[in-house]
Parts: sequence; structure tokens; C-alpha cells
Amino acid sequence: MELKTPLYDCHVALGGKIVPFAGYLLPVQYPAGVIAEHMAVRTKCGLFDVSHMGEVIYEGPDALANINKILTNDYTKMDIGRVRYSLMCYDDGGVVDDLLVYKMGEEKYLIVVNAANRHKDVEWMKKHLFGEVRFSDISDQIAQIALQGPAADAIIAKLTADIPQKYYSFIDKVQIGGIESLLSQTGYTGERGYEIYVAAADAPAMWQQLLDAGADEGLVPCGLGARDTLRLEASMPLYGHEMDETISPLEAGLNFAVKLDKNFIGREALLAAGDPQRQRIGLKVLGRGIVREHQDVYAQGRLIGHSTSGTHCPYLGGAYAMALVESQSVQLGDKVEVDVRGRRIEAEVVPLPFYKRV
Amino acid sequence: MTNPSDYQYVRSHEWLCYVDKDTVRVGITDFAQKAMGDLVFVNLPQVGDMTTAGEPLCDVESVKSVEDIFSPVSGEITAVNEELADRPELINSAPYEAWIAEISNITDTEDLLDAAAYEAVCAEEE
Repeated sequence: MELKTPLYDCHVALGGKIVPFAGYLLPVQYPAGVIAEHMAVRTKCGLFDVSHMGEVIYEGPDALANINKILTNDYTKMDIGRVRYSLMCYDDGGVVDDLLVYKMGEEKYLIVVNAANRHKDVEWMKKHLFGEVRFSDISDQIAQIALQGPAADAIIAKLTADIPQKYYSFIDKVQIGGIESLLSQTGYTGERGYEIYVAAADAPAMWQQLLDAGADEGLVPCGLGARDTLRLEASMPLYGHEMDETISPLEAGLNFAVKLDKNFIGREALLAAGDPQRQRIGLKVLGRGIVREHQDVYAQGRLIGHSTSGTHCPYLGGAYAMALVESQSVQLGDKVEVDVRGRRIEAEVVPLPFYKRV
Repeated sequence: MTNPSDYQYVRSHEWLCYVDKDTVRVGITDFAQKAMGDLVFVNLPQVGDMTTAGEPLCDVESVKSVEDIFSPVSGEITAVNEELADRPELINSAPYEAWIAEISNITDTEDLLDAAAYEAVCAEEE
């Protein structure tokens, strides 16, 4: 039985096509369609319900020691009001989840995790608690709305003056149109934008006032379909695709978030594995067709790996895919072939990210 | 959008219309294109291939997924709509004009429905 987010009725009223996703009923698209929603985010602005994401809190004198032990990134030097990405690994170096850590206070951290992994994550986190720390899963009390696109600044400025100025920073207890919120300059689209955390009961009012404030700026509601095409176009990794229990963060190319000079769960396995045997690459499809996940990639006739995500990227106007292949089996500019349901399609190895905001 | 009354339909949401007494054009219905969403690629079948009623004729890709299109008749593919290679979105904007393949020498057909019967099928699925 799927759960509804606090915004379910808003999605139905807007004509959203509702599908089950990660245990929730969410809109995959609205009547405008995935391409129009995608283009709105690249050129104007889009509004997403991401309330399905999970939120947990570590609080207490040993909160920092706990997260530094269980996460691959280093939180020792981090200012209050900043956000930092991390992986959480198993002992064998496989990935439990990827997540964002918000430093709320010297002894308080908010962690945002993937909806599909929430229960697994909470179990793993609880199992490894030590010292003086209080842990709580507040997912069901919190709604999250993402406002993404070049017009996001103009829209949010209509509702508050307290706007975080740096990427990956946030302000807590901001009044946005009279609703207490945590306002974060983050997102999963490759575009400038904000993520707004509110109490679940305030979500419909926040959603509506954002839509109203954005009406003159071309703001449109966007579903899961556009969320996926936008993140793929911006080459952002997705758990279960670019990394999972069997793909290490180093293979996924997420070295920037793995600090091997500190101690954390999975470190020894990552060190023992040495240089990654596989690497994440970007592919631009040259032939006719769309590469999806789990399709075999061949270089000069030899199987070198498989695609992890792929779709048509509306803003770039072509089909792109990410793939996990043997390290050093290809270089930028090389041509490879992808087996798409028995048909070999040519693709070129191109730099990541495919799309970068100017 | 209304389903043309001079077309025939199958339960798997394809349409056909006769262009002469032994040749049909085949496409997908408005109901089907709405369900799939924005189409971004049509993997057109090959002229000269034989196709079998109820078996996949070709596949189309939306932004989200790939979908098989089933042949409503058995016969020989005598033409494909090359315009769809560059403009798959024509299926979204004009599903009853954007034919995919022309099939001749027809030897068998699926159970064909008229527009009213097909609309009853769609109503059940909604």
C-alpha cells in the first residue's frame, strides 16, 4: 500500500499522472508533459514535490563523531548553515545510500536520504550509534518542495528576504510567506534553485503560494519524469543506478566525497581494493535509438561494461547515457557500441557532465 | 480527440485504415500516445519484412520507457513513415495521421473493433 505525500491532493487537482514510486504515490508528469516540464526548468522554473525523501537527525555531543564514522565525507571542518554530500558505505565498500548532511548546530545534523532506502538507512544508522547521541527519523513530519530553474531567485524573493547566497548553504527558520521553513540552495536538476523543508501540514499552502508567486515567471509543476531526465542530463548519480551495494563510490567517480585520510565504515575495503577496476563514463548516442540502463557496452567488439542510466535529454536534444565500464578501456572521443535489445547502436565517449549551467 | 469512425482498432491500442482493398496503414491510438507521453524515438520496421498479427511490429520510446507496438494484421511491410524517424512527436500531436507502417498481402487479422467498441475498451482501462 503506497503512502501519499502531504501534496497528493494538489497533484491530482493539477491533473498529475500518479504512479507508485519508492512507496509513495507521486506524479510522473502533469498535462504539459515531461519535455515541457524539463524545458521549463532549464529556461524558467519548475516546482517538484520531493516529500518522499527521508530526513533523520543526529543530535548530541557525539553527533559529529557518529556521522564521521558512518559517512565517507569529512564533517570535522564545516560551518553551521552548510550542506555537504556523502556516501554511506557497507564494510565491504558497497554503497548503502547517498545523502546530504545539513549542519544545524555544533551538535546537530540533519541528513536527507533517498526515499527508497529510508528504512534500510535508518536500520543501518541505528545499528552503529555510539556515545552520547540522539537519533530520530522525522521523515513523516517533513515535506520537501524543490524550486528549480533560472527564475527561482526572482520567485523566492517575492516571499522572503532571507535567502541563502551560496550553493550548498541554507537558512533555518525562515518565514516564507508566513510559513516557517528551512530554505536550502540545493537541487537535483543541474540548475540554480532551492529546496524548501516545511512541516507536513504546511506543505499545501507552501506549494500553492510558490505556484502563485511563480505564475508570472513561467513556473510549472514538474513530475518524477522530468526529475529523472534533468538529473541525467546534468549527469548526477542516482542510487540504484550509478552506485549501489555492488558499485563502490570510487568506481562511480564520487572521490570528492570519499575522504580516505579519516576513519569510516568501508574505508579498509576501499583501500584494499586499490585503484578502481571500473569507471563511470558518459555516452552520447550517435545512432538512432535510446540507450537505457543495463545495456551492454562494447569497445571494438569486446564487452567492457553496461549502461547504468540513459534517456533522451530534451535540452541537449539527443540521447545520452552513463555507463560503468572497465577502467581505461576507453578514452574521451572513442566510439563504442551499445546493445539495445539486440540492435547495436553507436555512441561516443563524452565528458561528464553532459549539461552544465553557464 | 475522437477516434475516426472509418478506422478499425485492436485492444492493444493500435489502429488500421485501408488505403486500398489489400493494404492497410497502421498507427497507435490517441489513448496509447497519451499513456506513453512524449515520444522521442520510433524504431521503424523494415520494408519487405513479414509481420504477424498480435506480434510486435516495432517499438517506440517515450522519455520514460520503451513500448512495443503490435501488428493488427499479418502481411508484408510495404512502406514505413520515414517522417517519424526525425519527428516522432507527430504521433503525439496527430496520432491518426502519423501512420507507422503500410502492410499489404494481408493473410490474417486480430479481432478488429469499430470506434465505439474500442472506446468501451478504453473506458474500462481508465
